[in-house]
Amino acid sequence: MIKIEQLSKKYKSADTYSVADLDLHIAEKEIFGLLGPNGAGKTTLISLLCSLVKPTSGSFTIDNLTYKNSNKLKQRIGIVPQEYALYPSLTAYENLAYFGSMYGLKGNALKQKINNAIDILGLSRFAHKKVSTFSGGMKRRINLIASILHDPKVLFLDEPTVGVDVQSKNVIIKYLQALNKAGTTIVYTSHHLNEAEKFCTTVAIIDHGKIITQGQPQELVSNQENANNLEDVFLALTGKALRDHA
Amino acid sequence: MHKLWASTYKEFLLLTRDIGGIAILFVMPIVLIITITIIQDSSFKTIGNNKIPILLVDNDNGSVSKTIYDGLKSSNSFTIIKKQQEHKAKDLVFKGEYQLAIIIPKELSTDLKKKVDQNVEGILEKFGVEEETEEISPKETIPHKEVKLYFDPATQITFKNSVKNGIDKMISKIETQSIYKAFQEQISDDESEVLFKTDNFITFKEIMPRQGNKEIMPNSVQHNVPAWTLFAIFFIIVPLSINIVKEKNQGTFVRLRTNPVSYATVLGGKTAVYLAVCMIQFIIMLLIGVYIFPKLGLPELEISGRLFNLFIVAFFAGLAAIGLGLLLGTIAKTQEQSAPFGATFVVILAALGGVWVPVFAMPKFMQIVSNISPMNWGLNAFYDVFLRNASIIEIVPEIILLLLFFIITVLISIVYNEKKHAV
Repeated sequence: MIKIEQLSKKYKSADTYSVADLDLHIAEKEIFGLLGPNGAGKTTLISLLCSLVKPTSGSFTIDNLTYKNSNKLKQRIGIVPQEYALYPSLTAYENLAYFGSMYGLKGNALKQKINNAIDILGLSRFAHKKVSTFSGGMKRRINLIASILHDPKVLFLDEPTVGVDVQSKNVIIKYLQALNKAGTTIVYTSHHLNEAEKFCTTVAIIDHGKIITQGQPQELVSNQENANNLEDVFLALTGKALRDHA
Repeated sequence: MHKLWASTYKEFLLLTRDIGGIAILFVMPIVLIITITIIQDSSFKTIGNNKIPILLVDNDNGSVSKTIYDGLKSSNSFTIIKKQQEHKAKDLVFKGEYQLAIIIPKELSTDLKKKVDQNVEGILEKFGVEEETEEISPKETIPHKEVKLYFDPATQITFKNSVKNGIDKMISKIETQSIYKAFQEQISDDESEVLFKTDNFITFKEIMPRQGNKEIMPNSVQHNVPAWTLFAIFFIIVPLSINIVKEKNQGTFVRLRTNPVSYATVLGGKTAVYLAVCMIQFIIMLLIGVYIFPKLGLPELEISGRLFNLFIVAFFAGLAAIGLGLLLGTIAKTQEQSAPFGATFVVILAALGGVWVPVFAMPKFMQIVSNISPMNWGLNAFYDVFLRNASIIEIVPEIILLLLFFIITVLISIVYNEKKHAV
């Protein structure tokens, strides 16, 4: 589904590559976890795949489309950004209707999709309330719905459960699993390694813009000496030094 | 089309949810236009209650000072307060308590008469018709007389100049009449005989443009409503640019960039809604001019027969303002950049456009610069319609310029955005 070849990105102001000669294949219907410390290149890689930033070199295809087929590609992918990316003064329904319309959805079809999604994610009661009054968890769920109304083939999620309560996290993960069952390939970044271990079918650990290991979570744990879980693998491969960057 | 409609509806919702913002968009222009028109109305009034108090120190107490006094009084612009001492009048003016003090020197009337008589006799002597019985020493030197004017240092130059011109004109008239009188006395023994008519031979008549049989009379309202309406319309760039910057900062813009929608469509939605705001502002301004101003003692805004052309000008001026707002919002990164820059830039455009000082009164270089101010095109088009009774054909050049300005600014916005986020 996603083929990345020798993909690199170096920002003008940076001294080093955020993504460096990265090769990666993600199969269809996979839940692919992209894990790494701060500044490892996770968000840059997702931004590259979503055509938000231009690669310095290399190429990628998603469902056999490149960024040159921009509108077709955008129609097949969905992105759940780290930020809420919603209009606070609009209601949940108005936000979703607007973003759905941007994918060409309209009328009853759009209405039905919105109602189904907000029902599954437990937001029906709040559909006509302003987003500014929502808790972090509620905003995260609306943020997710805004990205899947057009039934994307690939869904990118940049830390979708950051700052949400356990209940919201549970609902979000279950919903994503249902989407995946229905055929959506999921690419997900997170710092919650326990969550990733349970949720992902494949994970890749990225550091300094390169994939340093890749495989099924259990496989990675068993291959790493003295590792009991994914967190042990992660620390063994990326080290314990702080990764502050500005 | 559906995406454009959805974007327009979203902008409408965002705008209507911001009650404070709406109040500022509509209330502030109303306050502005009423305040400015009331203030400026006094300078257009020839007869009114707003007389300026001035001081007069009459050291002459003769016919000349009486003529000056009568002239000032009959202008109906001043309340004349007589003072005895020059230094007291000077102090009061320099402290800012009065705008002006006029000091008429001693013996002005008698010395003027002497000077004129001396000159007339000199002339008649040349013609050999002087009266030999008259005994005026040709050697007597009559000193120059000086009417002193003290102005409050804060007084505006335009006011100073108009007062100086008025007094200069009065004195010239007095001198001319004295010369005629002196000739008459020298030539004729009969004082009642009228040899010279001292009435002005050349008079002025101002011909106004006409609409049908009706003369179009410029007044403060006809001048101020178009100027300040345009100013208010252009102020739309502040909230519009903030709206765009906000979208960037709250992340919705990033989401839109991942959606299959063009930047032109996003801008189209904003254009539609903010253009509607401009038109509503314009309608409110017209309604104030027609219905509220007369209740405030101001002249009524005369719009009969011009409404269609006025709406055309407002529409294209609104487009030009929106183009500028879209460009500013696209380029600015923060509200701290867009809001002060937008507000200051509108004031600069207004100044260049001739909202405060007429373009013809500007220095040559600024006159050239003013030609590239969209506010100048808009103001000219409004004045053409309001004051020159122009037809739609006559305002086409300004309309085209405003439209081109909109197209160019939007194109730059789109290209800039594409370049900045090129993938």
